[in-house]
Amino acid sequence: MTADAPVVRAVNVVKIYQTGGLPVPAVRGVDLTVEAGEFVAIMGPSGSGKSTLVHMLGGLDTRTSGEIWLDGRRADTLSESGWAVLRREKIGFVFQFFNLVANMTVADNVELPALLGGVSPRQAKERRDYLLGELGLADRAEASPAQLSGGEQQRVALARALANQPRLLLADEPTGNLDSRNTRDVLRLLGKVHGQGQTIVLVTHDARVASMADRVVSLLDGQIVDDGAIPKSRRRPLGAAGDVVELRS
Amino acid sequence: MRQSLLALLAKEPAHGYELKQALETIFGGAYPSPNIGQIYVTLGRLEKDGYVRSVDVEQANRPNKKVYYITAAGREALETWVEEPTEGPRVRDEFFMKLVLAPMTGLSDRMALVNRQRRHYLALMRDLRELAERTDPANRVALLLIEGAMLHLQADLDWLERCQEDLP
Repeated sequence: MTADAPVVRAVNVVKIYQTGGLPVPAVRGVDLTVEAGEFVAIMGPSGSGKSTLVHMLGGLDTRTSGEIWLDGRRADTLSESGWAVLRREKIGFVFQFFNLVANMTVADNVELPALLGGVSPRQAKERRDYLLGELGLADRAEASPAQLSGGEQQRVALARALANQPRLLLADEPTGNLDSRNTRDVLRLLGKVHGQGQTIVLVTHDARVASMADRVVSLLDGQIVDDGAIPKSRRRPLGAAGDVVELRS
Repeated sequence: MRQSLLALLAKEPAHGYELKQALETIFGGAYPSPNIGQIYVTLGRLEKDGYVRSVDVEQANRPNKKVYYITAAGREALETWVEEPTEGPRVRDEFFMKLVLAPMTGLSDRMALVNRQRRHYLALMRDLRELAERTDPANRVALLLIEGAMLHLQADLDWLERCQEDLP
């Protein structure tokens, strides 16, 4: 709400799953603040709670206790429909499962959030053309999701998430299904929108993606064990991958 | 470096500076630029081993230039090198030594070591990514070298994660 409120503020957030037998803690007291324009990568082994955390930040999973504030507004107490409105207005999602609307074209899938957000059809189309172009999907606009490969669907999901220029982009392994060339397209687009001020929180085990971030948060057993900036490398500025490529005489 | 110089000389005779330039052109920014002194030292050793020979070529207005060419023994050594399987990369063990031994001395705890190392790897990855962006897209050799370096770094990070999970 207020101009200087952080985009995300999680306070002592806990998630305990209880499916039948014993309660299983997935997230155990996480505090996380993300300021406007920040790019935060969340890393950690599988089962460390990273996906659960971003799902809770987007309201796709409820927290057991703690508080979640988005853009200065308390969000963890919202109803499901309250979350739906908040998401439509403020959040773009890219998840491991793509959730594209099956009976709509790629173009319509990408335009939909912008149209729902009240943007004019002409602007929605311009934004869609730009995003699909950046992701190398310009010629797939009229295809249906079922005709796309997994990697293409994932990129469409990213385009859709960015269509509305959301206050917050949340992503869970956004390059999980991509080969290295498509990953490059995704990285380039993430770098561009981040440069334009897009706030990004993403879960990844891909170091190329994480190295784009300003800050890395590492989770272990549902707790944050490290949270800080990626340092400037101590190496001389020009090229030379000397640490990995070695000259031997 | 011995073998790269031999391979370049197998293509055509050259002097030291030409070899340096050839290495830079072929491998691009991903390869640490070889220092000219290092090249001459290596050429000297190759000459002593009988793998290359040199001739002085007279130049107008300038000191003579030493041009190196490969010998039959050099060609044979090169063939052996090309044909034998290349050793796999070794695990980068210096950090692992710190991780295992430092906590025993009370100098540092493992969590802090792993966290610092992770951030360092990510900084290296950012360098590699930026290097790839600056590299001529037509230079497939340089780009593949960078991609190889990235894949190694990713494996190092994955291993770091395993260390953090399994070492108390």
